[in-house]
Amino acid sequence: MPISPDIETPMLHGQELQSQKKREEWVLLGLSLPAIFVIALVVILPVGWLFYLSFVDGHGNFSLEHYQKMVEYKSYARVFITTFKVSALTTLICIVLGYPIAYFLAALPSRWSGIFMLAVLLPFWTSLLVRTYAWLVLLQSKGLLNDLAIQIGLWDSPVKLVHNMTGTLIGMAHIMLPFLVLPLYGAMKKIEPDMMQAASNLGASPVRAFFSIYLPLSVSGLVAGALIVFVLCLGFYVTPAVLGGGRVVMVATQITAILEHQFDWGAASALGVVLLLATVLVLYLAGRFFKFDTALFGKR
Amino acid sequence: MNNSTALPISIRGLTKKYGDLNALNSVDLEIKSSEFLTLLGPSGSGKTTLLMAIAGFNRPDAGSIKFGDAEMVLTPPHKRDVGMVFQSYALFPHMTVSENIGFPLKLRGLAAKEVMGRVDEALATVQLSGLGDRAIDQLSGGQRQRVALARAFVFRPRILLMDEPLSALDKKLREHMQIELKQIHRQLGVTTVYVTHDQREALTMSDRIAVINHGELAQVDTPEAIYNRPKDQFVADFIGESTMLSLTRGGDGRLSFGSEIISSSSPNPSVSKWSLVVRPERLHLLEGDVNTSEKQVVFRGHVKEYVFQGETAFALIALDDVTILSVRFGTGAGSRIQLLEPGALVSVGLMREDIILIPQEGQT
Amino acid sequence: MSWWTSPATETQISHGDRFWLYVVAAIIMLLLIIPTLIVIPMSFSDSQYLEFPPEQWSLRWYGEYFDSTKWMRATVTSLQVGFLTLLVATPLGTMAAYALFVSGHRFAKTIFMLLITPMIVPVILIAIGVFYAFGRMGLNNSITGLVLAHTAMATPLVMIVITAALRSYDLNQERVARSLGATRIKAFFTVTLPQIKFSVVTAGLLSFLTSFDEVIIAIFVSGGNNATLTKHMFAALRDYIDPTIAAISTIMVGVSTVLLLATQFIDRRKK
Repeated sequence: MPISPDIETPMLHGQELQSQKKREEWVLLGLSLPAIFVIALVVILPVGWLFYLSFVDGHGNFSLEHYQKMVEYKSYARVFITTFKVSALTTLICIVLGYPIAYFLAALPSRWSGIFMLAVLLPFWTSLLVRTYAWLVLLQSKGLLNDLAIQIGLWDSPVKLVHNMTGTLIGMAHIMLPFLVLPLYGAMKKIEPDMMQAASNLGASPVRAFFSIYLPLSVSGLVAGALIVFVLCLGFYVTPAVLGGGRVVMVATQITAILEHQFDWGAASALGVVLLLATVLVLYLAGRFFKFDTALFGKR
Repeated sequence: MNNSTALPISIRGLTKKYGDLNALNSVDLEIKSSEFLTLLGPSGSGKTTLLMAIAGFNRPDAGSIKFGDAEMVLTPPHKRDVGMVFQSYALFPHMTVSENIGFPLKLRGLAAKEVMGRVDEALATVQLSGLGDRAIDQLSGGQRQRVALARAFVFRPRILLMDEPLSALDKKLREHMQIELKQIHRQLGVTTVYVTHDQREALTMSDRIAVINHGELAQVDTPEAIYNRPKDQFVADFIGESTMLSLTRGGDGRLSFGSEIISSSSPNPSVSKWSLVVRPERLHLLEGDVNTSEKQVVFRGHVKEYVFQGETAFALIALDDVTILSVRFGTGAGSRIQLLEPGALVSVGLMREDIILIPQEGQT
Repeated sequence: MSWWTSPATETQISHGDRFWLYVVAAIIMLLLIIPTLIVIPMSFSDSQYLEFPPEQWSLRWYGEYFDSTKWMRATVTSLQVGFLTLLVATPLGTMAAYALFVSGHRFAKTIFMLLITPMIVPVILIAIGVFYAFGRMGLNNSITGLVLAHTAMATPLVMIVITAALRSYDLNQERVARSLGATRIKAFFTVTLPQIKFSVVTAGLLSFLTSFDEVIIAIFVSGGNNATLTKHMFAALRDYIDPTIAAISTIMVGVSTVLLLATQFIDRRKK
């Protein structure tokens, strides 16, 4: 028989325990205060400020003129279309190139995968300026790629591979590929070999087993990776600016151009706000359809 | 080692809620000095919450925890002087065996020489002499368990807490360690609170068992009392095997099952519905026509299932369409298990002393 | 049985059967590696023009680099800012990750999300926002401002690395240490920290690299005597191609390789 609680007994030490608990919680949360302070100062506050700037006109009054311009001017539409196109194509290229190497790496015994992984990690850890520069050199009209193509007879005279969309896509794909491969590799590593054995035991051919078991199980990693790539592309600045040679104008490039030439903070902020909202929207929608165990990670 | 450091624990009104869930519902429990008390219950019953509250890792919403006369409920864990063994052992992998065991002594500012002496002494107690320089990952599961134990008592705490310390070991080692833990407890004489969900382990080791369910203590008693005189259906069910037979009460207060009179009067007249708890091994097979008497109650039924298991034989006997009795007999020559052929009609007897009556659920 | 016919997987597919995969993977990996490493031979060219392979080898561009006050000053700035970012972001991120992991407070998750925002907000937006805000605070072109901004960028990475380490760590160890008489702080430093120290070092290296390689914020916020290496490199890439950059790039690849190998080594040690 349970001992019935004595309602008359006052809650022993209830208040002291409560206040002790509160104190401990605050001390713990206090440990994160310095980080909160820095991130508020560098990210939250300034971005909030820009948000505000995007809604005021030159006289400091509330106005939607900056957003109106975006709808009315054709040049803005072009920028948005270019941004979306570059991001989508880069993501696609990364999926096509990234899936085989992630699969290859995941299938290797760990002592080998560690070594081959360096092929993905070294670019990942190398400054994107360095890699953009390398592509600039490789792709120029007298560059290695043109020389090679002419030598083996792919084309006769140098083809323009850089300072245009082609160069931008090549450079972007190279820089983004590790962001896709790493989460995908993580997801593939979690697939038990038993699964494939079971499938083959039940009569599935290797091809069938791959498409009905392996691919669906790796899709969460693929989506996470593709999402990181797409979102990073949306706001990318350096590579399109250098390899696009002014011909590939994406949102980030446009923002700096507005600031450099017109010094129009309102217009630049409005564009930035749209970029942020697009990013959040993509992440939100993806989050609704997929569950991710791989958190967003990596550097830009 | 002396046992003058042992202290009684007095818990009153201990309450802990997680959202709407009552992890502990105003628990009162007195633990005697030097006692080995086991908190036994299914997972989620609140037994670990209670242990963690005694250790100070889990702050209750209200209540009092006294070690001796000193109120401890607001004291941080490092000032409670309580040894603790975790289920995962939580040994420090970056320290050797000796460094692990010496850790609490160093924190107490003991001189290096004394630390060494005490560590060696503790290692000897858990029969690991000479393994002090080993790294943790060089130890077997059983050895790790001993190191965790040595680390928990080396600083002569007044109270020792153990959270399912044997659950990671295999059956044989576990049974061996149960006896060994018991011996070490006797040697140290320290008040020990032990958490387990394994009723056999609880019965083997404890001076007293506190059965806990839904954050409330169902029964606190010696192993014999818990087994022989469970207070309610939960305790009867949780400890040991049993069959519950629902009894009918006659106008004169007699309790009977079918035509067999189990008890001439109800143990508590205010409770109307009672069950008879039948432990399978308390029954014996009868030969020929034996009827219920002053000495024993006799049940008759058909053998549904019979399994020979070595030291015992187990059978299910259908008393009627719905009631199936579990029985367990020794397999010696006098046990008459040759009668247990599937389909055969058999009689089994239950001595009157072995009758256990409990109020039915919802009737307290 | 040769390697070719020996099984490559648990389902007995042979290496020969999936040889195509090895070829495809090898090509893609070469595409990843070559553009990363090609700056090294390029930097030893004698030519003004970016030709490959170089006709004549020389250390000319390294000479240019080491003789240039502009590049030297930028290198010092980048190293300084990177090192300071490491020193600030590592403890900040570790403290926050630990606190949020242990506390279980209902706000913990929200705060974690808040602290991770620098990874979600497009950097260009952070860059112009910081440029605007620092302009008002007088922090533009200062080391302090740059370190602050880079710390904000590196802290989420530190937090993710440390949180992952804490996940695979048995927090009961800290509890045990406390029951054995250690205060919470003492338990952290004697028991928890020694076991996550490799992750802390990795997080520190990542912080350094995040700052050292960061371009966009540096373009806006750094300048004058405190312009970073990346700011000058970006300007050089956009306006004219100076082969000195090949020499600098080689040094940067060297730095990345050393840091990467350090983390790989640490990873091995962990196991």
